[in-house]
Amino acid sequence: MSGTFLFDGQPVPFTDGQTILQAARAAGHYIAHLCWHPDFPPHGSCKLCIVKVAGRHVSSCAMPAKEGMEVESNTPEINGERRALLQMLFVEGNHFCPSCEKSGNCQLQALAYDLEMLTPRFNHFFPDRPVDASHPEVLLDFNRCIFCELCVRASRDVDGKNVFALTGRGIHKHLVVNAESGRLADTDFSAADLAANICPVGVILKKRVGFAQPIGARKYDAQPIHVVAMQEDK
Amino acid sequence: MDAAGSDARRPRLRIATTSLAGCFGCHMSLLDIDEHLFELAQLVDFDRSPLTDVKHCGPCDIGLIEGGVCNAENVHVLREFRRHCKILVAVGACAVNGGLPAQRNHFDLGVCLQQVYQCREGLAAPQIPDDPELPLLLDKVRPIHEVVRVDYFVPGCPPSGEALWKFLTDLLAGRTPRLPYHLLHYD
Repeated sequence: MSGTFLFDGQPVPFTDGQTILQAARAAGHYIAHLCWHPDFPPHGSCKLCIVKVAGRHVSSCAMPAKEGMEVESNTPEINGERRALLQMLFVEGNHFCPSCEKSGNCQLQALAYDLEMLTPRFNHFFPDRPVDASHPEVLLDFNRCIFCELCVRASRDVDGKNVFALTGRGIHKHLVVNAESGRLADTDFSAADLAANICPVGVILKKRVGFAQPIGARKYDAQPIHVVAMQEDK
Repeated sequence: MDAAGSDARRPRLRIATTSLAGCFGCHMSLLDIDEHLFELAQLVDFDRSPLTDVKHCGPCDIGLIEGGVCNAENVHVLREFRRHCKILVAVGACAVNGGLPAQRNHFDLGVCLQQVYQCREGLAAPQIPDDPELPLLLDKVRPIHEVVRVDYFVPGCPPSGEALWKFLTDLLAGRTPRLPYHLLHYD
């Protein structure tokens, strides 16, 4: 089965089983996302990929494409909602870009640039989230966690190690390490694991790397994430 | 007509600038607009600013605030700027989201003061300063929009001279300021 739907007025072909995000992306249309990854089933938690279908908001990463549906994505209204979601993520954690090694290569920051976020707008939570520097190769800075669960999924489904999990609900939700001590050093985690290389923000950082790339040479310095992502797909 | 769209008939605008809990890097960026400073001097008069050493802000069109809010004096200055400036602008990471100074927010303020003034080795007479002229510290450093209403935000640590010039020329010409992708950054 296959068909066509309209994405921001443009016809987009799809095959049965494809989601809106997958089909749109295959046709060259970028939809903002943080928790979605092509190698994993949709998670649907970050809500950055919201689109409007028949006047209703849906997560495009989880919504199957259907014949004839009319999808709105790149509109001032939806981009404004995406910006508000980013602003919430920024104030719920501690995102100090000037002192973050991931700056310039961070998807959260890159999306905020792309959507012209100039201010966090809301009051900051400034949560207290101590870092875990126990592992010899990798540092965990929980201050930047956006709960996308990519590390959880990569460690469980690909690495076969189950190193990470999310626990708690609502504002008390946080990333934990599956060890009796709660320390990364007490797991079999390795810097070569997929989970060590999949974090879209600056939570899982390799030690002794630091600010390796100068400003100007980093992933999102020259081009916005919607251009970089589509170039990577080619 | 120049980059800011001015002409001789346009009234000169008054600009005030200050640094709260900041490093003056954003003011350095303002100096980094280089020869545009002459152009700016044709368009505006400076009120309170480190450039003039005027101590209090009078009625102004634009107030540029660098730095976060970390003590009682910062709150006082910020409110004075809000009262006197038609347009208030948060300039740089500290004013926009607390920046580097806000990284002390994880720590207990009393412990911080003890560590610095009482516990360090080699202190001749360890004591926490308590001169009444010293402004009281807030327990958390806050971005300025959490204390007063802010009209515009220019992120960056610091924003580049080019970004500040683009912002100011837009504003002075009556356009809605907008930073193109290469000038919008948080670091």
